[in-house]
Amino acid sequence: METLTLLTLVFDTLLGLGLLWLAWLLLNSQELFKAIVLFVAFGLLMALAWVRLDAPDVALAEAAIGAGLTGALLLAALAKLQSVKSTQDSNQQLKQDREKFRAFQYLLSLMLLLITAGLGYVVISMPPIAAGLSNEVAANMANSGVSHPVTAVLLNFRGYDTLLELFVLLLALLGVWSFGSTTIQHETNAGPVLLTLTHYLVPVLILVAAYLLWVGAHAPGGAFQAGSVLAAAGVLLLLSGWRPSGCLSKFPLRLILVAGPGLFAITAALLYAFQGELLNYPTEYAGIIILAIEATATLSIGVTLAALFLGSPPHNDEEHT
Amino acid sequence: MTLSEYLSAILLIAGALFFLAGTLGLLRFPDIYTRLHALTKADNVGLGLIVIGLAVQSESFASAGKLFLTWLLVMFAGASVSHLIASGALQRGIRLWKR
Repeated sequence: METLTLLTLVFDTLLGLGLLWLAWLLLNSQELFKAIVLFVAFGLLMALAWVRLDAPDVALAEAAIGAGLTGALLLAALAKLQSVKSTQDSNQQLKQDREKFRAFQYLLSLMLLLITAGLGYVVISMPPIAAGLSNEVAANMANSGVSHPVTAVLLNFRGYDTLLELFVLLLALLGVWSFGSTTIQHETNAGPVLLTLTHYLVPVLILVAAYLLWVGAHAPGGAFQAGSVLAAAGVLLLLSGWRPSGCLSKFPLRLILVAGPGLFAITAALLYAFQGELLNYPTEYAGIIILAIEATATLSIGVTLAALFLGSPPHNDEEHT
Repeated sequence: MTLSEYLSAILLIAGALFFLAGTLGLLRFPDIYTRLHALTKADNVGLGLIVIGLAVQSESFASAGKLFLTWLLVMFAGASVSHLIASGALQRGIRLWKR
């Protein structure tokens, strides 16, 4: 249908221009809160762009992590900034910093322009239709242990990428924890509406996370999407005033944090020891290995992201008070 | 086009109109409380019409059920968050708009 292709072309053009416009607005925003709201809006439109590019897995991850959780993390960081000094001061500081780094800014803009031009050239010079590695992936799907090609690539064919990503996440949390900053003082009484919302939504979110994890074997979904939904449940709990109890927040918390990357690394080491190849799963066990790794990774990702939102090791509070 | 496709198209367009009205309200209404009021119309009724419009076209009860669950979740979260925003605004002393 001619009109339909024209409509989608108009839609895609508007979407692309909208993304650029939002990016410009958020980079230029003087107010940090406004910039965060624009960032979340940018993430949601970006998820829509991934859907248009036929990449629902990335769209899910972008919406859940890029827009949702990163937005929550940025807001938590903003709350901490505001508790350190009033916004008036920081705005003034920001202006002074901008004056100081003007020359640096021009240099940076020039470099970014060069990179953009280079990337643009690469995109334009690519063949319009290319199979890439999709044929090889399709040929090896039977050995992967799952039926969804994205999961097969992430957890099997290119498993070490995902392994390293899990460690990056853990390192990020260690970095935040080592700053030793204080926990944000949330409003003490959460109020009936937030408590009711948390009460009903947390079980639903846990269920959705389990579903996303399970469905990842044959459809869009998987550990990162499920983990971020789990983290959303954690953020809700933390916002309504819940804190892990003393004994829970020491060893058990740390065990869950390292379980995902740990199991993945141990699997890799064992396979290397017995087969001589890192992460080359034996075909008959591939499905169960992937499920075990993804399940523990989901837990670790969820708890790590929620802990990032909290910002400091939970037992610190008790030691101080 | 079949009858169900016409029905679906009408529902989708009606839903989109609610979203348009909600967006106009968000942009044009004078204060935070009236803007929230405009937004809930888009969230609840607009999304509801779009969900029904899509459910008419869906192939199985399972996918239609998932759409309805999405609607319920959005309504639940939307109503709660609107309340939280409004009560937060009241606590900060943002006054109600008066003509």
